[in-house]
Amino acid sequence: MKRLVLPIFLVVALFVTTGFAQNLTLGFTASNTGAMNVDSLEQKRGFELWRDQVNAAGGIKAGGKSYKVQFVSYDDESNPKRVQQLYSRLILQDKADFLFSPYSSSLTATAAIVTEQYEKIMLTTGAAEGKTYTLGNHYLFQMFTPGAEYLKGVLDMLKTKDPKAAIAFVYEDASFSVSVVNPAKEYAQKLGFNVAFSEAYAPNTTDFSAIIDKVIASKSTILLGGGHYADGSTLAKQLYEHKVQLKMITLLVAPDSDKWTELGDAAVGVIVPSQWEPQSAFKPQYGPSGADFAKAYTAKFNAPPSYESAGGYASGLILQRAIEQAGSTDSAKVAAALNATDITTFYGRSKFATEANQHGLQVGHAMVLAQWQKDKSGKLVKQVVWPLAAKSANLVYPIH
Amino acid sequence: MSGILASMIDGLLIGSVYGLAAMGLSLIWGVMDVINLTHGSVIALGMFGMYILFAAFPVNAYFLLLPILVAGLLLGLVIYWISVHWVIGRSQLSSLLSTFAVNMMIIGIGTAIWSTSPYNVNFTLRGFTVGAYTFTGNHIAAATAAVIIALALELFLYRTRPGKAIRAVADNREAAELMGISSTMVLALAFAIGIALAASSGALVSTLFPFTILSGAGYQMKSFVVTVLAGLGKPLGALAAGVLLGLLEGAVTPFIAVSWIPLIEFGLFVVVLVAFPKGIFTRATA
Repeated sequence: MKRLVLPIFLVVALFVTTGFAQNLTLGFTASNTGAMNVDSLEQKRGFELWRDQVNAAGGIKAGGKSYKVQFVSYDDESNPKRVQQLYSRLILQDKADFLFSPYSSSLTATAAIVTEQYEKIMLTTGAAEGKTYTLGNHYLFQMFTPGAEYLKGVLDMLKTKDPKAAIAFVYEDASFSVSVVNPAKEYAQKLGFNVAFSEAYAPNTTDFSAIIDKVIASKSTILLGGGHYADGSTLAKQLYEHKVQLKMITLLVAPDSDKWTELGDAAVGVIVPSQWEPQSAFKPQYGPSGADFAKAYTAKFNAPPSYESAGGYASGLILQRAIEQAGSTDSAKVAAALNATDITTFYGRSKFATEANQHGLQVGHAMVLAQWQKDKSGKLVKQVVWPLAAKSANLVYPIH
Repeated sequence: MSGILASMIDGLLIGSVYGLAAMGLSLIWGVMDVINLTHGSVIALGMFGMYILFAAFPVNAYFLLLPILVAGLLLGLVIYWISVHWVIGRSQLSSLLSTFAVNMMIIGIGTAIWSTSPYNVNFTLRGFTVGAYTFTGNHIAAATAAVIIALALELFLYRTRPGKAIRAVADNREAAELMGISSTMVLALAFAIGIALAASSGALVSTLFPFTILSGAGYQMKSFVVTVLAGLGKPLGALAAGVLLGLLEGAVTPFIAVSWIPLIEFGLFVVVLVAFPKGIFTRATA
């Protein structure tokens, strides 16, 4: 028996000194099916790449322990009712330690009700609508620049090209696009533009003929709007088929996806306000560089990252850093570390508002504008055209 | 060209497709007294049928309507024997429930196979442009195909023996049986034709807009409005009512937000049900 004491002591001591690699459960839903599936898939891939890289590096190290990240994830079918059920399940049944948001503002707003109720931290990405952060939440932290900022850059840029342009706002009747367009309309009027037409369409719209006829009748030369991938890509396709002679088309979200190239000539010239582009050359204080992220992402998924992918990965990074700073996985301590976060990663700066009336709102991150252009070989490429300091190509204006 | 005229031409073109979709519902309802709630899911199956066929045979998509019509007839016979035959003659609630059950099965299977993500049939025909307005070739071809199928059905019903048998059974099933017509065969045939029409209208819609397995529901609702406008069992009336609905949409949309259209359509639905219970194409009889 005495002979066994020493080996047992050594084994126990080894575990104690190195620490058991514990598991940290992160829960989220993704829209594997339904209208949001394209953008949601890219966000999910961002989460997955972060998890794989963190685990390959030995996990998250906090308070002398290492935590291996494991995901619990379900398909929310792009359906708010499913989100409500599944976030409850993630917290109560799957015992998730932290949560990521689903994709889209409306699904995230639903999930936030559940996560706040159980005082669970949720990093939201792919969810720009700002209203959710005015409701007195304490555990919600936004990674995207809020919706009110999305179209300001486009209008500033347009002011330099065509200060009297007639603008049509055609947008999805959903919380995100409404939160983008309403302040943009006010800003356009303030800048002296003529808002010639404005109409919201139902989220499941597939036939835009009537709205396109109205845009033509309004004699607008600029179209701003859209919503998500399904409606935005259909709108762009039908604008092209109807040969609408617009000088500029800017659509939310949809043109950021690599799938946009499937539209062929209908894709050319369309601008998207973007949270991040591979050309964005931020000097990271934490985590990989933009080039390393893009390279690893492309190698893993055989497709270039979109800003949804970058947002997904960056959510993991920011949470990882907060856990490390807190030295604990305790929600209150990690929330305090997130409140104190002000850091630049490959994704840009991240800082959360701490005032009670907008707690968790993203106040550090800035957006760029990207336009689909044809390169010399005729291949469709996305170029950063605004702000001028970050541009990778000149804006093509007018497109018709 | 004025915006209203352009909008009405767009309405006319899409209205023909609404009409074709409604013909299937109207035929089954009129002949069999069955409200077929598989209508929407069969429209969606027609969309996916076109998607699959076009992926396999990238020819002119409108040539693929023929195999879709044939597949629709066969599917109609299967659905008839599974869910309709057993409830013929019982209350309408029985057939409503049984066809609703099949509808849920089709949507469930379709969701498992295709998910609820949007699909496209990437086929484009050149359109024509008048002033600032362009009418796409696909809309024109789809409207033309809808009218041709509707006329073919009318000829079938009025010029062929099986067609006349369907009308006879619709008028008086017992009298038709006394004349030696097998009402079971006729009902199965009528149901199959109704399903084939729904599938073909779905196939036409798939060449115009992106779709999911759930997309048929919206067209099913429009089919109810059109059927009530036209009156039951009047295929050409359904086509005309579909065109009328499309024109109405086209005439109204320049003045109001597009999201108000369903309210107007279903308002019309209620008004017609109350004021013209036999449809607007049926003269009042003493």
